[in-house]
Parts: sequence; structure tokens; C-alpha cells
Amino acid sequence: MKPQKEIPGYRQLYRDLIDRILNGKGHSPQAERRAAFDHSGLPQPLQHLLDKVVHYAYKVTDDDVERVKQSGVSEDQVFELVICAAAGQASRQYESGLAALEAARKEGGPHAS
Amino acid sequence: MRLEILNKGYALTTKMLFGIIRLVSGYPLPDAARLVFYRPDFYGLPMKRFTHRAMRGPSSWSVGDRELMAAYISRLNACTFCVKAHSAVSANAYKDRFKVDKVLADPETAPIAPPLRAMLALLGKLTTTHTVGTEDIRTLLAAGVTPPQVEDALAVCFAFNITNRLADAFGFFVPAPDAFDAGARYLLRRGYG
Repeated sequence: MKPQKEIPGYRQLYRDLIDRILNGKGHSPQAERRAAFDHSGLPQPLQHLLDKVVHYAYKVTDDDVERVKQSGVSEDQVFELVICAAAGQASRQYESGLAALEAARKEGGPHAS
Repeated sequence: MRLEILNKGYALTTKMLFGIIRLVSGYPLPDAARLVFYRPDFYGLPMKRFTHRAMRGPSSWSVGDRELMAAYISRLNACTFCVKAHSAVSANAYKDRFKVDKVLADPETAPIAPPLRAMLALLGKLTTTHTVGTEDIRTLLAAGVTPPQVEDALAVCFAFNITNRLADAFGFFVPAPDAFDAGARYLLRRGYG
């Protein structure tokens, strides 16, 4: 049989992405990236910006970003922490969907093949 | 974009590439594509790999279906850039703009098959309430969606709930419709990889 090129699954690619942004080399401390991802306990005005990123990113304004920069957070740190906050919220959704799917599969039944 | 590093902070070879793309295509590279070139080892590369797998990898959802899901999720997140970009790709893939517009207006009455309608409803719930339960998945399976299809659609949902947030937080420039059409043709030819 001809060997098929292996297609990486979502789970591996997902873990690679999350691991890279949380634990890889960056300009912001890993603890801050983790806090942004978990949406917990960052100082103002950074927390205000990340609240908007998580709940209604379309409301982010130039001023929100400017105030964070004025508070001494570098652009590279803003770049990283916004990515972590966005990925954190998307990840909580994704994990919720996957857990519900897994539970439905375990129940079995005619549709859960 | 709101960060100067995302406007001007690219490596010289990347800036040259942006110049060539602008010359050849007649359009500046859209901000969504520029973003993944900034420090690509931090975010761009792993994100492109995930997104390409979700949008173009093996799935029994068609490319048009997956792009429609992306457009619908983007609409619920009120992300203008991504709605325009992915409704254009979906309309091109289906060769049916009417269907895409109907879904974005109201998936309940749009001319689509029941499994896709049920899938969009679940993605909508997950995007707006951030959580779904076993009962939601049971409803979906009863509508004829298979477990692998659920997993494929959840991956689309993950990718676009990140991308929508970044588009609006970083302030992607929203160009004219012809630029989105050119971008859609590119994304259908080449994907996200």
C-alpha cells in the first residue's frame, strides 16, 4: 500500500498554537500572557483593552490602545497580550464544544457513530 | 493598523514581498495577511497551519460551507472586515451570492440544507454565549450532522473567534469590494497555508 502523507489533526495544531503563544519566546512575561489568556488579573488600562477584546472586540478604539502604550506596555507586548486574550476566549469556546461532543459520543445512540 | 509594528515593523524581505504582491495583484496585501507575517514564529505560522487545516483540509463540509460558517461567525462578532472577506470567498466557492446573503440575514429561513442550518445555529450559540452542552450536540446529531462534521465546524469556529477579535482590536483596514473579490479568488486558489 502506498504510504499516505499524514495530515496533522486539529488537536495537535491547536496545542502547537496555544503552547507557542503562552510558552514560546516573547516580549511579555509568561505569567502576563497566561493572565491575558485566562482573562484574569491584569492592571489597568491593559485589563480594559483586553475586556473589550474578549467580549466585544469591535468596540476597541484607537484611544484604548494608545492608553495602554502610554502606561508603558510596548507594542510587541500589546501584540502578544491581545493575541493571548483572543485565543483564550476562542479556546474556552472550543473546549466547551469538544467536551459536549465527547459527552454526546459517549452516550452513543443511533446518531453518535 | 493601531500598532506601528504591524504597519512598518516587518523584515526587509517581507516588505519586498509585500511590494511584489501589490505590483502583481494590483492590490495591497490585506491586513489579515500582513498580520501573520509579523513575528510569524509567535503567532502567524501556527495560526496559518490551524486555519488552513480547518478551512481547506479534509472535511465533508464543502469549502463554500466552511467559508459561510466563517462569515456567519464574523457577523455575530460584528467584524466587518471578516464578514466581507469570507462572504466573498463563500459566494465565489458556491457561485451563489444570494444564498450567502440570505444566511447572513437569517439562517433560519435561508435556502440551505437542515444539517448546515443546525450547524450554524450551534456555532452561533457558541460564539455568542461561549458555551454549549450535550443537549445542543444531541439536537445537532438528530438533524443529520455527523460527529466528524461537528469537530470540523468547531475548528472553523475557533479560528474565526480569534481572527475576528484580532481584526477589530488591531484595526484592520476595510478596503473596497473589488479588493475583497481579489482576495477571495486568492484564498480559493491558495488557501491559508
